[in-house]
Amino acid sequence: MTALLVDTSKTAAVGAPPTRRRGGGVVRAALRSRKAMVGLVLFAIFSVMAIAPELFTSVRQPNRLAFDPSLHPSGDHWLGTTSLGQDIWAQLVYGTRESLVIALVAGFFATVLSVLVGVSAAYLGGIADEFLSLVTNVFLVLPTFPLIIVLATYAGKGTLTVVLIVLVVTGWSYGANQMRAQTLSLRNRDFLESARVRGERKLYIIVVEILPTMTSLIVANFLGAALYSVLTAAGLQFLGLGDPNSISWGTMLYWSQNQQALQTGMPLWSIAPGLCVALLGVSFALMNYAFDEISNPALRPVKKVRSRGRSA
Amino acid sequence: MRFVVRRLGFFVLTLWAALTLNFFIPRFMPGSPLDALRARTHNRLSPDALNQMLTSFGFKPHENWFAQYLHYLGNMVTGQWGVSIGATLGTPVRTLIGQALPWTLGLVGIATVLAFLIGSLIGVIAGWRRGGKLDSILPPVFVVTSALPYFWVGLMLILVFSVWTNGWLPSDFNYDSDLLPEWSGPFAANVIKHGILPAATIILTSVGGWVLTMRNNMITTLAEDYVRMGRAKGLPNRRIMLDYAARNAMLPNLSGFAMSLGFVISGAILVEYVFNYPGLGYLLYNAVQNTDYPLMQALFMLFTVAVLLALLVCDFVIAWLDPRSRAKG
Repeated sequence: MTALLVDTSKTAAVGAPPTRRRGGGVVRAALRSRKAMVGLVLFAIFSVMAIAPELFTSVRQPNRLAFDPSLHPSGDHWLGTTSLGQDIWAQLVYGTRESLVIALVAGFFATVLSVLVGVSAAYLGGIADEFLSLVTNVFLVLPTFPLIIVLATYAGKGTLTVVLIVLVVTGWSYGANQMRAQTLSLRNRDFLESARVRGERKLYIIVVEILPTMTSLIVANFLGAALYSVLTAAGLQFLGLGDPNSISWGTMLYWSQNQQALQTGMPLWSIAPGLCVALLGVSFALMNYAFDEISNPALRPVKKVRSRGRSA
Repeated sequence: MRFVVRRLGFFVLTLWAALTLNFFIPRFMPGSPLDALRARTHNRLSPDALNQMLTSFGFKPHENWFAQYLHYLGNMVTGQWGVSIGATLGTPVRTLIGQALPWTLGLVGIATVLAFLIGSLIGVIAGWRRGGKLDSILPPVFVVTSALPYFWVGLMLILVFSVWTNGWLPSDFNYDSDLLPEWSGPFAANVIKHGILPAATIILTSVGGWVLTMRNNMITTLAEDYVRMGRAKGLPNRRIMLDYAARNAMLPNLSGFAMSLGFVISGAILVEYVFNYPGLGYLLYNAVQNTDYPLMQALFMLFTVAVLLALLVCDFVIAWLDPRSRAKG
C-alpha cells in the first residue's frame, strides 16, 4: 500500500500526463502495483522453468537414481541429493511443469464452470436459477478435501487426469456463487434492457453484454481457483494419492516424508519443494490481491489518505 | 416461517445429495471395492463372515441397486454404520469415531476459534487505521501466509521446534505413549504440549483469511452513513470502531466462520497426518489407505452433517442479529 502511495506521489511530482488519470487501464494499474509485479515476476520465472527445464539443469532424467544418495549441497548438486540418489534441484526444476499445468488447467476449467453455472442461473432466473443455485450450494458445503480423498481413492491412484477432474469438480462452486451475485446486480441495468429491446438473443446478451463487464471478477476467480488447485494437488500428492512416479513438487514432498527427510538431516529435500509450492501459491495470491485492489477502488487506501492530508 | 422451511429444506436436500454421492461414487468408479475387500480378507475370514460383513456394508450384489440404496440411506440416518473392514477389522465404526472425535474437536476446534478471533481483531484494527503502519505491513504478509500449503508449514514447524531443538516440542501423537489418560494436571499439560505445533500450524495458515476479509468489510462499513452519523454525534472513536463498524462488518464473516467450524472435524486431515494426531482426519486417511469403506462412508456423512448443522445454526443466528436478512428469506 505504501508502495502505491509512493508511486503515485512520484508521478505526481514529475508531472503526470493527463492520460495517467483513473481508469488508465488494467495493465497499467497492474504495472504500478508492487504486489502485482512480484506476483507476475514469480509466475514468469516458474513458467520459464516449466517450459524449458533443460536451461536450468544438466540432468535429463531427474527420477533416475543416478547419483550417490544423501549428498550435501555442493557445486555439482546445488541442493544435494535425495536418500534415493536423485538430484533435488533437477527434480525441483522438472517438477514445475506438472504443478503449473495443474494450476492453470484446473483453474481454467473451474472458472469456466463457475461462469457457466453462475451467469446462467442469475440470467435465466425462475426454476433454472433455483435448481442451479441449489446444486452450487450443495457443492459448496460438501467437505471438499475428504471428498477429494475419497474420489481419488475410488478412481484409482491417480493419473494427472483424475487429479484434474477432481479439482475442477470440487473447485467451481465458490466462484459460481460470486458470478451469480454479480450477474444479479447487473440484470436490470439499462444497457441490458436496451439489448433486450433490440431483440437480441439471450446467448448474445450473456456473451457480448454481460461477460465483458465481469472480466475482473472472472480473472480474480481464475487466480483463486488456480491457488486452490496448487495447494490441494500438493496436499493430495503429499498423501500419496497422486502418481508416485510422476515428477512434481507434491510427489517430492511425498517421498521426502516417506524417507523421513526431516529426521535424517536432509531438510532441504522437504523445504525446497514446499517452498516452491508456497511461492507459486503466493504468486497467484498476490496477483489476486492486487487485482482486487485495482478492480475495487474502494479498497485502495491511497485516495483517502491523500485527501485527508490535503484537507488537514 | 418460510425462512425456516427453506433452510431446513436445504439441509435435508444437501444431506441427501452427500449420502447419494457417497453411495454412487464407489459404484461408478473403476475398481470394485468388493474385489479389494475379498483380496484383503480372503485368508482371514470365512466366506460366511465376509458375506455378513458385506451385508453390513450395504453391498448386496444380488439385490437391485434401488433397494440397496434405500437400505443404505436408512442405515446411515439411523446410525447403523456397520463395522470397520480395514486395519481395525471388526471394530464398530461408531467406537472408532467416538475415540477420535474428542481429539479433533479439541485441537482443531480451539485452533479455528482462536484464528477467527485473532484474525478479526487484527482486521478490525487494520481497517480502522487504514493506510497506517499496521495496514500497510500486515495485509501483504497475510496474503503470503494464506497461500502457504499448510501441511508444509507443519513440517517446517517440526523441523525448527522439534528436530533442530532436540525435541523441544513433541512432533507427533496426542500425548506421550508412556502416560495413561487421566484427569490430572501433568497429563493435561502433556496433551497441551503435544497440541502446540499442530494448533500453531492451523492458526498461522488460517488467520490471514480472516484478517483480509475483516479488513475489507471494515472499509466498506466505515463508508456507511450510520458511521458518519456516529462521527457527527461526536462519539468516541473506540465506540464507533467497535459498536458501529466492527459489529456490522462481522456479519458477512459469520457464515464463513460457521462453515469453518463445520469443517473443523474434517478440515485438518493433512495436519493430523503430519503430526500423527489420532483425530477424525487421520482416521479418514487410514480408512482410505485400508479401503475401509464403511468407515469412510460414516466419516463422510458426519463431515457433511457437521457443516450443514453449523450453517443452519449460523443462518438462524444471523436472522436473529440482522433483520435485513429475514426480509430476503
